[in-house]
Amino acid sequence: MKPSKFKYLKPSSVNEALTYLEEYADDCKIISGGQSLIPVLNMRLSTPEFLIDVSGIKELNYIREEDGYIAIGALTRHVEVENSLLIKEKCPLLIDAIKWVGHKQIRNRGTIGGSIAHGDPSAELPCVLTTLRGEIVIASVDEEEVVGPEDFFLTYLLTSLQTNQLVKEIRFPIMTQGERVGHSFVEVARRHGDFGLAIAAAVIELDNQGLIQKAQLAVGGVNPVPLIIEEAEELLIGKKVTEALLKEIAELTSECVDPEGDLHGSADYRRELIGTLLKRAIEEAIARAWEGEEKVG
Amino acid sequence: MDKVNISLNVNGEKVERDIEPRLLLTDFLREELFLTGTHVGCEHGVCGACTILLNGEAVRGCLMLAVQADGATIETVESLAGEDGQLNPLQQAFTDCHSLQCGFCTPGFLMTLTQFTKENPNPTEEEIREAISGNLCRCTGYANIVKAVKQVTHQTV
Repeated sequence: MKPSKFKYLKPSSVNEALTYLEEYADDCKIISGGQSLIPVLNMRLSTPEFLIDVSGIKELNYIREEDGYIAIGALTRHVEVENSLLIKEKCPLLIDAIKWVGHKQIRNRGTIGGSIAHGDPSAELPCVLTTLRGEIVIASVDEEEVVGPEDFFLTYLLTSLQTNQLVKEIRFPIMTQGERVGHSFVEVARRHGDFGLAIAAAVIELDNQGLIQKAQLAVGGVNPVPLIIEEAEELLIGKKVTEALLKEIAELTSECVDPEGDLHGSADYRRELIGTLLKRAIEEAIARAWEGEEKVG
Repeated sequence: MDKVNISLNVNGEKVERDIEPRLLLTDFLREELFLTGTHVGCEHGVCGACTILLNGEAVRGCLMLAVQADGATIETVESLAGEDGQLNPLQQAFTDCHSLQCGFCTPGFLMTLTQFTKENPNPTEEEIREAISGNLCRCTGYANIVKAVKQVTHQTV
């Protein structure tokens, strides 16, 4: 349970890191908080020849409001997002979700970019990014590109990130403020802080008749990548929810995911569970949308 | 293998060493500095026995390379008691409330709770339970640990 030997590089700027990546692309790993990578190194599931420690790159640690989205530098730690008043105001779904990420000790070290780049389908942040249709900024020596989660997350622990590329920034769209908007993040894990068996997120906007005018729904932990439940989003538009409609959504959600079973829960259990969780998320988001209206009205 | 020079502050003392970059922070503390109070349990971030304070924040010592602590301030369980061995209030509460049985997990709990009680001097029971959720006690003595936190935060038990 000790990492095998590697050569350690510690760039102090993005450009320096990208140069290293270009040079050592064949056999290197990027580390920052190390909360996912160090266990992998300790178990020698990965034995890179070079380890590029980007944790000293100060320019990638920020949370700021841009045009329509909150930009979070890849090296921003979970705890900094958790304590951000800007995110609490503009992107509260992220605050709800981040509390589910590991434990305090993990959130004190783990970075936002690391969580996204690790591409764990049961992780909370990829699910939130997918729900809100966020974006990921990726850089290499030659170019910078902006990709959506649907193109970035390929399958379990595999992303479109090339060996010479670095995740620079994560963009979470600013959520609609004010009355008649609600969100919800629900997760079931064996113990608090464990990996989620299934997670569901919902953002709902109601019109002034109380009919749903916008719905964003996604699930995680039950599919090789976080999944938008598009059919359910469309079904909700222009409607008031009824028990029958929610049941239909729960069923169609269970049908469109592809969970794996393990010691902690069989595939069938997770399939069943995710329908129930998305139903609960929709119900809570709607309840909060009404609460929002009472507060304003 | 190329060694890397690191210098950091551990329990108030400046420390400088040449180390292999693959050395975990826990092993650095235990084997280079002989601070064996920091325990090594699972070595993959699950049990919390190796919890230490990095710049005042509780982190898992096994999920960090010693080289990454270059320039940092580290506090381990050895920093808690006074020079004469006098227990600090949190440690005293642990003894008073029988919050340890085999004691293996205790250093991790103490360091987790050192940050927690500093940031949250008047926690609810739910908050205490949440705070210790990342530390495992295989003797399952959680109730008495919660009790100790209540004592140290001057709450009626």
